[in-house]
Amino acid sequence: MDKQTLAVQVADLTVAYQEKPVLWDVDLDVPQGVLMAIVGPNGAGKTTMLKAILGLLTPAAGHVSIFDKPYQEQRSLVGYVPQRGSVDWDFPTSVLDVVMMGNYGKLGWVRRPGAADRRAAELALEKVGMADYAGRQISQLSGGQQQRTFLARALMQDAQVYFMDEPFQGVDATTERAIVDILKDLRADGKTVLAVHHDLQTVSEYFDWVMLLNVRRIASGPVDEVFTDENLRTAYGGRVGFLNKKP
Amino acid sequence: MTLLELLSSLLTDHTIRTVASGTAILGVVSGVLGSFAVLRKQSLLGDALSHAALPGVAIAYMLTGSKSPAVLMLGAGIAGVLAILVLLNVTSRTRLKEDSVLGIVLSVFFGFGLLLLTFLQRNPDARQAGLNTFLFGQAATLLTRDVQTMAVFGGLALLLVLVFWKEFKLLSFDREFGASLGLPMRGIDILLTTLLVVAVVIGLQAVGVVLMSAMLVAPGAAARQWTDNLGRMTLLSALFGALAGVAGALVSSLGSGLSTGPVIVLCISLIVLVSLLFAPNRGLVWNWLRQWRNRSRLRTEAVLENIYLMSSQHADPTHPHAVTALEAVSGAGNVRRSLEELQRRGLAVPHSDKKWSLTAEGVRSAQARLQPAKDADHE
Repeated sequence: MDKQTLAVQVADLTVAYQEKPVLWDVDLDVPQGVLMAIVGPNGAGKTTMLKAILGLLTPAAGHVSIFDKPYQEQRSLVGYVPQRGSVDWDFPTSVLDVVMMGNYGKLGWVRRPGAADRRAAELALEKVGMADYAGRQISQLSGGQQQRTFLARALMQDAQVYFMDEPFQGVDATTERAIVDILKDLRADGKTVLAVHHDLQTVSEYFDWVMLLNVRRIASGPVDEVFTDENLRTAYGGRVGFLNKKP
Repeated sequence: MTLLELLSSLLTDHTIRTVASGTAILGVVSGVLGSFAVLRKQSLLGDALSHAALPGVAIAYMLTGSKSPAVLMLGAGIAGVLAILVLLNVTSRTRLKEDSVLGIVLSVFFGFGLLLLTFLQRNPDARQAGLNTFLFGQAATLLTRDVQTMAVFGGLALLLVLVFWKEFKLLSFDREFGASLGLPMRGIDILLTTLLVVAVVIGLQAVGVVLMSAMLVAPGAAARQWTDNLGRMTLLSALFGALAGVAGALVSSLGSGLSTGPVIVLCISLIVLVSLLFAPNRGLVWNWLRQWRNRSRLRTEAVLENIYLMSSQHADPTHPHAVTALEAVSGAGNVRRSLEELQRRGLAVPHSDKKWSLTAEGVRSAQARLQPAKDADHE
C-alpha cells in the first residue's frame, strides 16, 4: 500500500464567533489507523475544530470528508467522546443506559434498545474496565469513571473514526491507563482517533501523529517529524521552556 | 364532612367528578412534560409559555365571539407556539441569553394579553364570557365536554412522549451527542416544547396562566427526589400531579369561596415540601442524619486512634488514660459518647477513676486503621 487511505480530510475550515475568527482556514489530512493528538494553547480553537468537523456548529467555510465522502453521508462511521463536563451527571439514569445511547443513531425512530444492545453495552463497559458499574446511577461516578462511561458509549457506536475532546482531562491513573489501552486496541483494529489533548509531556508516548493548532494550523504529521521545539514555540508563543521532549 | 364522604363525592357528585377528572388529567400531563422541563433546567420556559397563552385566549374570543373553551384553548395553543418561534429565533439570531429572552417573551405576551383583557372587560358580553378566569383558572366551569377535549389532547401528548421517549431522553441528557449521531435535535426540541404548550393549554381553564408554571415544575421537582430512574421519575411526577389535582378539586369543593387552581398549587407545593425534606438519599432530613452519623463515626475513630497513639508511648498498648487527657488531644466534641460507642463494640473498656484503655481487639483495630493509611502514602 503506497498511498495511505485518508480517514479524515478537512479543507479550508473557518469558524468565527461574531466576526472574530476562532479557526482560520485549517486544512488537515488524517491517514487511517493513526492516533492523532490535537494540541495548542487555551483558546486555540481545538474544541471548536472538533465540533465544526462533527457539524455541531456551523463553520463560516470549509469542507469535511470521511473516507473520501462528505461527512453528512458518513456519520455512521464516526464516534464522539465529548468533554465530560458538558453534561449534567445528576441526570436520573444509569451507566448502562448512557452507554446504550451510543446506539440511538442506528436504532431509528420509535424502536427501543433491546437485549442485543444491552449485551453490546455490557461488552463496551467491560472494555473500559467498568463491567461492575452497569447498574450504577451516574451521579455516583468519579471523574475518571464518567470519562470511561463516555468512552464506552463511543465504543458502542462501533465507528471507524473517533473524535475525543480531552479524554485525559482530570482523570485518575487507572482511567489514564485504561484509555491508553483502548486507544492502542483501536489502532490495532485499524480505527482512527483524533483527540484534543492538553498534556504536551505525554503526546509522544500516547499518540503517533500530532496537529499543532493556534487558530491556524501550525503543523501536522507524525510526532517525531512535527513535534519540534520550533513548531511548539510557534504554536505556544515561546512559552514552552518547561518541555523536555527527549529524556 | 368526613374524608370518606369527601372521597365518595368523587363517585356520587357529577360536578365534583367532572372537575376532579379534569384536574387529574391536567396533573398527569403537566407532570410528565414538566419532568423534562425540570431536567433540562427550563423551569422558566413553562412560565413563559403559560403567560404567553393569555393574548391567544383574548384574540380567539375577539375573532370568533365564541366562549367555547375549545376555541379559546386553540387560541392559547397558537399563541404558545408563536412564543416558541419567537424564543428560538431571537435566541439564535441575537446575542441575548436565553433567560433574558424568556423574560422578555413572558412579559411582552402577558402584558399584551392583560391589555386585551381589560379592553374586553368594557364589553358586557365579554365579561360574561369569563375570560378573567383564564388568569387564575376556574375549575368549577369545567364541563364534561371540556374534560373530554383535555383527555384527547393530553392522551395524544402522552402518546408522543412514549413514541419519542429515547429521543427526548437524549435531548435532555446530551443534546450535542445526539446531534453528532445525526439526529435532528432541533426538531426534537421543538416537538417537546410544543408538547409543553399542550400541557399549558390543558391546564389553563382549571389553573390559569399565572399558576400553571407551578404545575409544570413542582411535580417533576418532587418526583426527582425519590428516584434515579427517568421512567420512574416521570410516572411519579404524573402521579403527584394527579394527586394534587384531585385533592385540590375535593378541597375546593368544601367551601364556596375556594378557587380550585390555587388549592391545587398549594397541594403540589406540600408534596414538594415533603419530598425535599423526607425523600431518602436526596432529602434534607436524610442528609442531616447522614452527616451527623458520619461525624460521630469519624469522631469515634479519632478517639480510638488517639488512645492507641497515647498508649504506644508506653510499653503496654492497653495502658489506661484519663478522659480529660483524651479530650485535650481529641479537641472538643463528645469524647465520652465515642468511648461508650467503642465499649459497645468491645474495643475499649472503662477503668476506675475515669480512665479508659483499649482492649486487645481495640489495639488490633487501631493498628489496622493506621497501617493502610501509611501504605497509601507511598503509592
